Amino acid sequence: MPHDHPHTDLPSDPALRVKALETLLVDKGLVDPAALDEIIETYAHKVGPQNGAKVVAKMWVDPAFRAAMRSDPMPLLREMDLYGRQGEHMIFVENTPEVHNVVVCTLCSCYPWPLLGIPPGWYKSDAYRARVVREPRAVLADFGVTLPEGKAVRVWDSTAETRYLVVPERPAGSEDMSEEELAALVTRDAMIGTGLALEPKS
Amino acid sequence: MSRVHDMGGRFGDGAVNASDDATFAQDWHARALALTLAAGALGQWNIDISRHARERLSPKDYTRFSYYEKWMGGLAELLVEAGIVTREELQSGKADGISPLADRKLLAEKVVAALAAGGPADRPSDIAPAFKRGDKVRLRARAGNTLVNGGHTRLPAYAAGAVGEVVIYHGTHILPDSSAHGLGEAPEPLYAVAVKATELWEHPENPNDEVILDLWQSYLEPA
Repeated sequence: MPHDHPHTDLPSDPALRVKALETLLVDKGLVDPAALDEIIETYAHKVGPQNGAKVVAKMWVDPAFRAAMRSDPMPLLREMDLYGRQGEHMIFVENTPEVHNVVVCTLCSCYPWPLLGIPPGWYKSDAYRARVVREPRAVLADFGVTLPEGKAVRVWDSTAETRYLVVPERPAGSEDMSEEELAALVTRDAMIGTGLALEPKS
Repeated sequence: MSRVHDMGGRFGDGAVNASDDATFAQDWHARALALTLAAGALGQWNIDISRHARERLSPKDYTRFSYYEKWMGGLAELLVEAGIVTREELQSGKADGISPLADRKLLAEKVVAALAAGGPADRPSDIAPAFKRGDKVRLRARAGNTLVNGGHTRLPAYAAGAVGEVVIYHGTHILPDSSAHGLGEAPEPLYAVAVKATELWEHPENPNDEVILDLWQSYLEPA
């Protein structure tokens, strides 16, 4: 387990192996170390769930935008500069009082990078990939989420290049909030479906 | 090929560790991701070939490797198979000269544009859609590749043989079963198919639940 490593000053073996492969590819003229830094900078700091949250908040407040996103989101995402690798075919699925949506990739780790960034550790874990299609409610309980019995769960398994993003229900008491304030209620987990939108602070 | 990666519906994995939520838990994870993307930018393989390379890790390695170790294992294999590095170079860590592909190297100033360009998978196809929204379909009974024995496929075993209903038509997309093996993109109609939990599991949590999978037309027959 990666998190059971004893803390030492020496890098773990996989770290050394990655370094060795990088050195080899740099020496062969195939990889630019500055390009690696730029890729990491992009996904560590620039591209992340704040992008998806912005879209969800806009769908909450703007019915015309919401309808357009539901029917054909790609032209709008391009306009908003939210198009890119692993987000070429996006579909937004909305939670309702009747249905709760959850996203997984049981075969690998497919995830909408331009809108949510690189997936968290648990999304890529064997336990999540194995269990959420069979017992989504038990998995949601691992995240502290309990759904009413009457609400159906729809689990989306990303088996193609289509990427799904969950639009959580807009929380009660958020009627007077600005789009920017609303975006702050939309967590990464809410857009995967393992969480709900945050309640507004009273 | 083992199907060790195909773990949907498996028992015995324990609780999901929701606190394991970092994007990059260790610095080398970020480096491994970046190295994979930079090597991919050389244009010597596609996403289906790279998925297949990770799935072909021995079941022992697939199970014991952490996530990004699998990526590095797959990448090393791809580099050798594409003739970009030799096994000797991998073992010694010493480059045997500059690669003829060096002029295709992804430069730092091109990174943002390259990531934003994406790699869409929809393609025109001569194959007409056989199903429409609302149609009942049966998924192929065995989750195997019909073109290449033991090859890559994107039909998860847990849903094989199940009956579902078409809920979205996605248009025509590259067929991974072909594309992963250098047999061409072979685009065909792709659908989202909803399968009831009661159809999939002996003891579903709730009879109203369902799983929706994206499935290519050749994975499906009328039901």
